Amino acid sequence: MAKILGGITSSHIPAVGNAITQNLTQEPYWKRFFDGYEPAKAWLNEVKPDVVIVVYNDHGLNFFLDKMPTFALGCADIYENADEGWGLKPVAPFTGHAPLSWHIADSLVAQEFDICTCQEMKVDHGFVNPIRALFGDHEDWPVQAIPLAVNTVQHPVPSAARCLKLGEALGKAIESYPGDLNVVILGTGGMSHQLQGERAGLIDVEFDLECMDKIATDPQWMTQFSNADIMRRAGTEGIETIMWLVMRGALKAAPKVVHKHYHAPISNTGAGVLVLDNQ
Amino acid sequence: MTWAKQDYDDIPGTYVFDGKRANPAYALNKLLYSFNEERNRAEFDADPAAYCDKLGVEGQYKTAVVEQNFLEMLRLGANIYFMAKMAIPRGTSVQDAGAQFQGITTEEFQQKLLAHGADLPDRIKLKGDYWNG
Repeated sequence: MAKILGGITSSHIPAVGNAITQNLTQEPYWKRFFDGYEPAKAWLNEVKPDVVIVVYNDHGLNFFLDKMPTFALGCADIYENADEGWGLKPVAPFTGHAPLSWHIADSLVAQEFDICTCQEMKVDHGFVNPIRALFGDHEDWPVQAIPLAVNTVQHPVPSAARCLKLGEALGKAIESYPGDLNVVILGTGGMSHQLQGERAGLIDVEFDLECMDKIATDPQWMTQFSNADIMRRAGTEGIETIMWLVMRGALKAAPKVVHKHYHAPISNTGAGVLVLDNQ
Repeated sequence: MTWAKQDYDDIPGTYVFDGKRANPAYALNKLLYSFNEERNRAEFDADPAAYCDKLGVEGQYKTAVVEQNFLEMLRLGANIYFMAKMAIPRGTSVQDAGAQFQGITTEEFQQKLLAHGADLPDRIKLKGDYWNG
């Protein structure tokens, strides 16, 4: 049976990918941010997942606004990165795990989460950068990866409560897969930031730290907030933090907190790394 | 046209990207999305106005695009992520755009960001259970 080894949270901002490409990770601006990933890398190296499920939002690479699925699951053998408009060289393609994806789709729909299944899905920086930060760059990635996209771009966006419930259903789906597989779930994006409007540049460190504490130990706390509440406090793009709850919902009630790291600002955001061991 | 009121409409300095923005700015965002493809970027650069015409971007939307007025594009309903596809390759980062929105310089905007992290390692030490280098 498939096992969920744990979950990790990570920022997915474009600047992280640029810093890796340009070899800036030990420069003063970046050092504390990237050093905070070292314990997460050590944990991954110890538990060695076969598959990572990456919960992220697409920023206009795979999905345009013509059709905007609230939840979309990659169900393919391979996922390609591509030019997002900035002319950057795409990273190597990612190998998926189609039988696990389709099992998750079966199970989620049976649990009344009517997700969109995708047999072709380009993955953007939201998916790629957490993998690069946690596994380094590779021509042949050391782990299989499945994208689970959540719409945080065009409102209406699902609530924190709904994301937590999706995570609970995802956990049941993975654990009922008949093959022997070790799975880690990455909850990406966030934390507080706003890119647009006169309020651009907002970061709320206190709210971010409270979210990190509560998501680790009491994720229900987050479900008291409407999306308007979260955006008021954490910014319009800070709404991405709801995706951490998909990861968290898939874990048991009290996973072991292996690592907790927060840094701000990096680019325009507050950035948190949580490593939660589910074993 | 009556758009239903939303509970986030009164957040100051904030333009939540929802139906009331996505609907009128659909062609504008479609043009921005097309910049994922190199050949579309080249076609736009050769004749911005003609490219707007081809994609049905008209009136004030077209003017904002041709003038590369990113602030106006945001106000007209450009989604920030889609707008970045046009702005970043043309030397306007999202930090530059954020600074322009507030009428300050990018350096001032960056200083405001850095101020959020002032004394962060010390503040986090007080919490006890965070990795702190």
